[in-house]
Amino acid sequence: MSERLSTLMPARLRPLIWPLIALAALLLFNGLFTEGFARITIKDGHVYGSLVDILKLSSRVMLVSLGMTLVIATAGVDLSVGAVVAIAGSVAAKLIVQQQIGLPMALAATSGLCLVLGAWNGTLVGWLGVQPIVATLILMVAGRGIAQLLAGGQIITVESSGFSFIAGGHFLGLPFPVTMVALMLLLTVALTRGTALGLFIEAVGNNETAALFAGVNPRAVKMFAYAFTGLCSGMAGIIEASDIKAADANNAGLYLELDVILAVVIGGTPLNGGRFDLAGSLVGALIIQTLTTTIKMRGVPVEYTLVVKAVVVLVICLAQSPELRKLLLQRRASA
Amino acid sequence: MKFRLSRTRVPLLATSAVFALFYTGACMRYDGFFSWTVFVNLLHDNAFLGLAAIGMTFVILAGGIDLSVGALVGFTSTFIARLIAHQLHPLPAILIALVIGTGFGAGMGALIRFAALPPFLVTLAGMFFMRGLGFAVSLETIPIKHPFYEAISEFSLRVFPVTALLFLVALIAAVYVAHYTPFGRAVYAIGGNEQSALLMALPVGRAKVRVYALSGFCSALAGVTYTFYTSSGNATAGTMLELDAIAAVVIGGTLLSGGVGYVFGTLIGVLILGVIQTIITFEGTLSSWWTKIAIGLLLLGFILLQRFLQSSAGRGGLGVANPAMARP
Repeated sequence: MSERLSTLMPARLRPLIWPLIALAALLLFNGLFTEGFARITIKDGHVYGSLVDILKLSSRVMLVSLGMTLVIATAGVDLSVGAVVAIAGSVAAKLIVQQQIGLPMALAATSGLCLVLGAWNGTLVGWLGVQPIVATLILMVAGRGIAQLLAGGQIITVESSGFSFIAGGHFLGLPFPVTMVALMLLLTVALTRGTALGLFIEAVGNNETAALFAGVNPRAVKMFAYAFTGLCSGMAGIIEASDIKAADANNAGLYLELDVILAVVIGGTPLNGGRFDLAGSLVGALIIQTLTTTIKMRGVPVEYTLVVKAVVVLVICLAQSPELRKLLLQRRASA
Repeated sequence: MKFRLSRTRVPLLATSAVFALFYTGACMRYDGFFSWTVFVNLLHDNAFLGLAAIGMTFVILAGGIDLSVGALVGFTSTFIARLIAHQLHPLPAILIALVIGTGFGAGMGALIRFAALPPFLVTLAGMFFMRGLGFAVSLETIPIKHPFYEAISEFSLRVFPVTALLFLVALIAAVYVAHYTPFGRAVYAIGGNEQSALLMALPVGRAKVRVYALSGFCSALAGVTYTFYTSSGNATAGTMLELDAIAAVVIGGTLLSGGVGYVFGTLIGVLILGVIQTIITFEGTLSSWWTKIAIGLLLLGFILLQRFLQSSAGRGGLGVANPAMARP
């Protein structure tokens, strides 16, 4: 059946089929059974509704998942994204509120700093050859401490209409973060599929030694992936701080790394690296957010959100596991 | 026999040296630091972290990772508190919790074994699952009031309270299991090289399931210890505990790629984390976020030391693919 399906679909979309089916099933279920889910209203030229909310709420996970996809494709992982989000929020708020620096400069400085933080991970992983989990664990643990240190242990509130626009504003009727995601997606696709960079990333993830002998510089490739993830996390941190008009070093980006990694894996990028699917990661992020919204709108007690999330994620991963499929087929053949 | 400093022992020695340095430094700087009370409290306050870290040591030695330990601690503590609140005697409540923890770990192990899913992902889902289940049991802290529980919580052998005793007994048992049983040897072999372990006809699949079951048991025991420690159950207990546990294991000299390390090192790792916390409490003016920064710096130091030792041992040049880390 899957073979027949795959002949019907264009080759580029084939790996996306499972995540898309999952997302479509979720949306269909909601459209049919959740009251008010599909309702979309237009007020003052802006679109409102659950579907738009899902797009807006998943923008942070989508942004970071773009970078994380590349990192995971190099057979790595970045646990520090949540901590970088917290640092970005604190730095941006501090620059705007306490240093009275103009918004564009403050945002540029914050993004630059996050690029450097990502490059720090890249140095540890690429140049020093530290395992990705451990290397990024350092920034994950220390980063939140640094963010709290920067914010002086307090929540810095930001009163700036320009700053609030980033998360609260609208562009072309849609929330502005959606535009940011679209722009970053275009940039990432142009960088990885428009040039040979994507191929290099996959080569490094497949077999680092082979890539080295083929003339690819694994260090530079990894450095790019981690630095880029740092930048994406910084942007997500700015969105988060702008959304609540404050920098909360304790809670900003808490557990974000987990959602992002899940989004990437659900999207069909294997944790072993070697290939990646940017669109899949975005679909994964949408699945996670749709799931969360569904649970909330259906009145399931909040306590069960995590349980449902865990079960769904596990089911999706099991469905994608070739080993399990093989095992089941063997059983059926021998029975 | 000539004494040779093996490369696997250097991190352990370095860890011990750091602990000695921190401890003596603190003793000289603060009045009253050098006392049995402070030292015993070090064990008492970090017993549940230590227990979780012991389980984590085995998982990491086998080349895996377990992110669900903190959530399991939170679930176990609320679950026990809830059962006792429903008039169940503490003893069966604790037993049921331990069985659930072990079974849950074994379940994750089975998924990792049969579906060949990455441990990182399975235990991540496990973490969400257990945290959610904990919240489902109760969103609020449940106090435990039972004469039997009070008797246990106040029990102490000479200076050691029951929490520290549990930690030390588990540690001794873990050292025995790791170094003197076939299971322990299988764990080291799998972490060293899974293919070779398979070719040596070691029960790789079974050992993998058992490792996660053991970690589940240790985390459940950590949850039990938490209830002794606070006389209450709380679903948010053990938030981010998995990170501290991993940090303790790594600082204790166990390689995250698996196959190299000592359970005893984890004890030192836990003690170092405890000493940092105690120093910051004694200092008074330092804020708690310095703990995280200090732990991060220590992690960095030990990881760089491990890398240096690995590369000087010729196991893959600096930065070039290391066969042990190529596949998670």
